[in-house]
Amino acid sequence: MQQFLELLNNAFPFLVAGALETLRIATGALLLGIAIGLPTGVGRVYGPLWLQRILGAYVTLFQGTPLLIQLFFVYYGLPSLGITFPQLIAALLTLGLNSGAYQAEYLRGALQSVGAGQMTAARAIGMSQGQAIRSIILPQALRLVLPAWSNEVIAMLKNTAVVFVIAIPDLMGQAKILASKYFAPLSIYTIVAICYIVLVGVTYLLLRQLERRTQIPGLTNEAE
Amino acid sequence: MTTAPILRIEDVYKSFGETRVLNGFSLTIQPQEVVVLVGPSGSGKSTLLRCINLLHPPTSGRIWLEEQEITAPGVNQDKVRQRIGMVFQEFNLFTHLTALGNVMIGLTKVRKMHKQEAHDLAMFELERVGLVERAHHYPAQLSGGQKQRVAIARALGMDPHIMLFDEPTSALDPELTGEVLEVMQQLAKEGMTMIVVSHEMGFARQVASRVVFMEGGIVVEEGPPAQMFEQPVHERTRAFLRKITDLDEGGQ
Repeated sequence: MQQFLELLNNAFPFLVAGALETLRIATGALLLGIAIGLPTGVGRVYGPLWLQRILGAYVTLFQGTPLLIQLFFVYYGLPSLGITFPQLIAALLTLGLNSGAYQAEYLRGALQSVGAGQMTAARAIGMSQGQAIRSIILPQALRLVLPAWSNEVIAMLKNTAVVFVIAIPDLMGQAKILASKYFAPLSIYTIVAICYIVLVGVTYLLLRQLERRTQIPGLTNEAE
Repeated sequence: MTTAPILRIEDVYKSFGETRVLNGFSLTIQPQEVVVLVGPSGSGKSTLLRCINLLHPPTSGRIWLEEQEITAPGVNQDKVRQRIGMVFQEFNLFTHLTALGNVMIGLTKVRKMHKQEAHDLAMFELERVGLVERAHHYPAQLSGGQKQRVAIARALGMDPHIMLFDEPTSALDPELTGEVLEVMQQLAKEGMTMIVVSHEMGFARQVASRVVFMEGGIVVEEGPPAQMFEQPVHERTRAFLRKITDLDEGGQ
């Protein structure tokens, strides 16, 4: 026990640094994912056919291949075409593009489950299609997408762990270093697993709060 | 009548793929007229309303709203729809907005009013349908009749020149239809031009200036309610009206 506490004490600053790096990458990639996923989702539902096809291809590409291959392609593959990214940018770009594909799909589902009558009614009072999407459809779809999106946030927190393979000192990267430095893989990986659980747990609670705050009165059963 | 018609529908055809729904429909409507449109299901009533406000533009034929041919190429359809209010069978209230928000959003986003001005006008429209005290309720917290009255207020807020009602009471429990019909009757009294698809024969008798019987995508017969109910010319009209009148009375 004494030994374990000492290990924890020594590892603590590195774990904090790693957790911050993990949070930084997850946040950046999620924001990039939103920036890509939102227009992609809308375009896949309301865009012209040719646009729907292109966006569909992007989604298939990123959902159909392993994240690790995508990361290797960007970080090790693209340089041979003369396109080189620093580690952090490669990580953000890969995770962001990957998340964008998933977020677009979640949003597409949400957009399609907003009843067709909502669009009809919006057009009937003279809104253009763009206005109707912005003022009527999206505010409803974004509420509907929240549970799926929460899953994506949680998945992202853990998916960031792959970036250690391109030597980014995130939580996982720090764990790898600490484990070999102190010859204590069992203890270190246990501690790091707990760190991830705490990060995910706190995030989950925050997202539930957001869901509750944006609930439309009377629409969902408020049994709790 | 020498006034210019408010709406002129001329030889309108509408097909969805192979299915032809409107077959050369023509009708002229004068300002302040209340036209009740009846006909068996599938006769094209709803399609006609959606052609009039260009939600489903006609396949061929022409429609004039006041002076403007709205089926002409290059017409700004969004602008046309502002002048034509529409009320749906399923209400279609915006679920994420309060009653007040439902009426306001068209005022701020389409009519570009300032918030305060939009708020005041929206409250006025809610007052017209008797729902001021429900202004801050969300659709899911309203009864069917209240929802439909909010939908009417939402349409009125756009200051329409003509109102289309697509079976406004069909989705309501019988005890809730009265409050909606009352609002519509009041509107008619105030001089609103209205086209109403409905099988509420009591409403047709009391409020309609004309009853139009359509079947197979064309007008079979039209006339003042008294004539249509007492001495229709066509056997088909007689049979249909007798059937729905019986149902109406049987239901009470």
